[in-house]
Amino acid sequence: MDAVLTTSLGSAISNPSKPDLRALVLDILVRVFTLIPLLVLVYIFTKIYRQGAHAVTWEFLTAAPSGGMLEGGIFPCIFGTLMVTLLMILIALPLGICAAIYLVEYGGSGALVGWIKAAVNNLAGVPSIVFGLFGVGFFILFVGRNLDHLLQTGLLFGQPCMLWASATLSVLVLPVIVVSTEEALNAVPQSHRTASLALGATKWQTIQNVVLPQARGGILTGAILAISRGAGETAPILFTGCAYFLPHLPVGNLFGFIPMVNPMKQFMELSYHIFVMATQSIDAEKSLPIQYGTTLVLLALTFMLNFCAIAYRIHFRKQLRQA
Amino acid sequence: MSISAERKGGNNASQGEVGSLGGVPAFTRQALLAPRILIGERILETLVLLAGLSTVVIIALIFVFLFKEAVFFFKTANPLHLIGQQVYDLWDEKTSFKIIWQTVSNEPKYSLIPLFCGSFLVSLPATLIAAVFGIGSAVYLSEIASSKTREILKPALELLAGIPSVVIGFFVLMVVASLVQHWLGLKFRLNAFVGAIGVALATFPIIATLSEDALRAVPSELRQASYALGATRWQTIIETVLPAAVSGISASIILGFGRALGETMIALMATGNAALVTGNIFSSVRTMTATNASELGEVVEGSEHYAALFLVGAVLFTLTFILNVVAEMILSRMRRNLRM
Amino acid sequence: MGVFIMTDEEDRAKTESVADSAPVRHKIKTSVPRTFGTESGELVQPVKIQVENLDFYYGLTRALKKASLLIRERSVTALIGPSGCGKSTFLRCLNRMNDDIPGARTDGRVLMDGIDIYGPGINVVALRRLVGMVFQKSNPFPKSIFDNVAYGLKIGGMSDREEVEVRVEESLKKAAIWEEVKDRLDHSALELSGGQQQRICIARALAVHPEIILMDEPASALDPISTAKIEELIHILKQDYTIVIVTHNMQQAARVSDYTGFFLTGEMIEFDRTQTIFEVPSDKRTEDYITGRFG
Repeated sequence: MDAVLTTSLGSAISNPSKPDLRALVLDILVRVFTLIPLLVLVYIFTKIYRQGAHAVTWEFLTAAPSGGMLEGGIFPCIFGTLMVTLLMILIALPLGICAAIYLVEYGGSGALVGWIKAAVNNLAGVPSIVFGLFGVGFFILFVGRNLDHLLQTGLLFGQPCMLWASATLSVLVLPVIVVSTEEALNAVPQSHRTASLALGATKWQTIQNVVLPQARGGILTGAILAISRGAGETAPILFTGCAYFLPHLPVGNLFGFIPMVNPMKQFMELSYHIFVMATQSIDAEKSLPIQYGTTLVLLALTFMLNFCAIAYRIHFRKQLRQA
Repeated sequence: MSISAERKGGNNASQGEVGSLGGVPAFTRQALLAPRILIGERILETLVLLAGLSTVVIIALIFVFLFKEAVFFFKTANPLHLIGQQVYDLWDEKTSFKIIWQTVSNEPKYSLIPLFCGSFLVSLPATLIAAVFGIGSAVYLSEIASSKTREILKPALELLAGIPSVVIGFFVLMVVASLVQHWLGLKFRLNAFVGAIGVALATFPIIATLSEDALRAVPSELRQASYALGATRWQTIIETVLPAAVSGISASIILGFGRALGETMIALMATGNAALVTGNIFSSVRTMTATNASELGEVVEGSEHYAALFLVGAVLFTLTFILNVVAEMILSRMRRNLRM
Repeated sequence: MGVFIMTDEEDRAKTESVADSAPVRHKIKTSVPRTFGTESGELVQPVKIQVENLDFYYGLTRALKKASLLIRERSVTALIGPSGCGKSTFLRCLNRMNDDIPGARTDGRVLMDGIDIYGPGINVVALRRLVGMVFQKSNPFPKSIFDNVAYGLKIGGMSDREEVEVRVEESLKKAAIWEEVKDRLDHSALELSGGQQQRICIARALAVHPEIILMDEPASALDPISTAKIEELIHILKQDYTIVIVTHNMQQAARVSDYTGFFLTGEMIEFDRTQTIFEVPSDKRTEDYITGRFG
């Protein structure tokens, strides 16, 4: 490049620049750096699929484990995973959306907004096992025990169960919901809020009728990502309600005859199942297909959820851009 | 057209409907002075405020409840034991200063040093690998790739980020560990290096995404100025864009490191779980996170061991908290500079 | 309610004294309603809005300095002036849209039909229905055309579907866009062109039956043909509504308005009939602006 500075304009333009070796190497390097992790992703999926696909039969998905976890299916795990993430999102979604509404619509530039944003960022960085410790120390031992004491229910709340596992998970995914809702709310143009107020609407009428309908897409995307995250996390539920083998599903009858999930019971879960099988299985060889099968199911589940969220977000952005 | 004609027109239907539409004649005191029903609004406003506050409260609660259980440790144990203790060794038949974490024994030993070694031996290399790959991909995605390519690769990156860590741990345990042992002829199949690979895979998306955001935030005017002076693309990237994005990239590395430090399942499944003090990356190690995850199920509540585990958790939380605060400070300073 | 009737000369005297920002003394001539007309036979509309010494601050910045003027019923009043002179701020004071700015503070009075809208106990929500606003960049909601126009009615609690439909049709007709959209009311408002969207926004504002319409540079983002249509619309609307329009386009002000106020750095420099302002302005600064010496 120094040649350009010393020669005249004419010769600079007419002489082709010499091939830049450094640029070539860097070009290749960055492509390699990008592709390798993605290739690993593909490899993970194909490997697990090849080893596990034959194990995933209809029976596998609908039967309970038997023979010391060496045979049977994983239905209780699927059921437990679905239930715990459902309960988790029921807790986290309203809380997260309201917090984001406060940040965007009411907070302005006050000091409190800074604190809340800092708290959300910090929550996002907390190690998952610390959430597990928090779940035990706070939910089970503090809240649960005190509830038992207040309501005289013996040892009902003060022990690991689906309720506390869901509560712990909801604290973990709260930042996901707050951040994606915040983004969605911020994407609504300010001029719409102004127009609504100028027509005589109150602030909440504006939020309800103009802002939230437009932010729906982003909020939904955040919820799907949160569900995917919650389904895959293991450490928070290790000690707050998950079990390796339970003879019964965590269901009960409300008032004696309405069948529903009993959140005060323990449950089985896909990610926990994989973990225990992989590290503590009695017969590693024999349970290998089940391990791969279970992993395939969990991977497929989270993949599908993430895929839906991404596809929905692209679709929604296209919609807004057209408009 | 006189005024009166309009006023007597159709919209005078309901004189009594104060504040409603269509029935209120011009600027009567009724409409403008009618009190607003504000209770509903106030309640909703309070609700969202409480929801926002809950996040701050939760962080505070985590602090409180971790440290509450952790301080019990100091009731019965000597703080210096967190580094090492004088132990009588049956084998050597002498008393020496030992730095070990051995909780299942007559005299439980709670040195944190082996755990620190384990955590850093896994997370530092992992962050290094993830940073190199992450910043490289960020540069590619932000500066070089066409928008069509970006549209395919960015979602792929997000899919990678969405893999549960237990699946990565499983994959590393089953596949990678054997491969690595085969290629490098290692003594221990599960070691810090293998664990670091897995943790790097989990940390890579964070660094890549945040670095890419930082690069994209660099105003295009800067690039154009560089090109206008005759620089090539790579010169522009190295001399102009990367320096401008250095705050964002540093923040992403710090946050990535925090994630690597806090990674539990991969460490639990792939690092061998041997609490040794070592600098050898090919040795089995035990991280702080793995210690908590594996031992909490076996402790008696309120015991010294139990308190020690919460202490480890408190240390972990403090470390990641500090990392987060530092990253946030860097980012907010960067934002302030951009605004100016 | 007294109706102010003034002669042309008294009119000029009063507005001139207002422009001097001396304390305004009302000359209440009579409280007996008379037919309109003056000694010279000219039609003069009664005063709808009377702004007295309006100051506006946000934080430490003083955006308006003792601005005073009269806005007459069923006329078009234009506010002109260079960028940043406070004319848009002034406009937003008339429907109290400035209230939401952090650190906003007003001094002075804004009387609408005799009621100070900045007085205690004023229902701001009701005020904003009576004073409609059209913005510089058209901002229809991403809803159907029908839902856009009906928005203000829905918010205000009008539940009778038939009545809503009647109002929507009426408003779209008044905004001179009914024929173009009557067959696609359920289509998204965003499918329309810029000029059409602006007329939808006008219809939206009209639907709640305001008495006053504020327009903040309503045609500055539009092409000349759409601009002409909007100006035509303003001419028709002024028969039924009081219109205050902010514009940076002096020719537009001259074409469209009956009265004009010239703003400079937050002060109302001169206010008079449009013809007077543009042909024989009293203040040199007005003359300089009109003739293009600055701005």
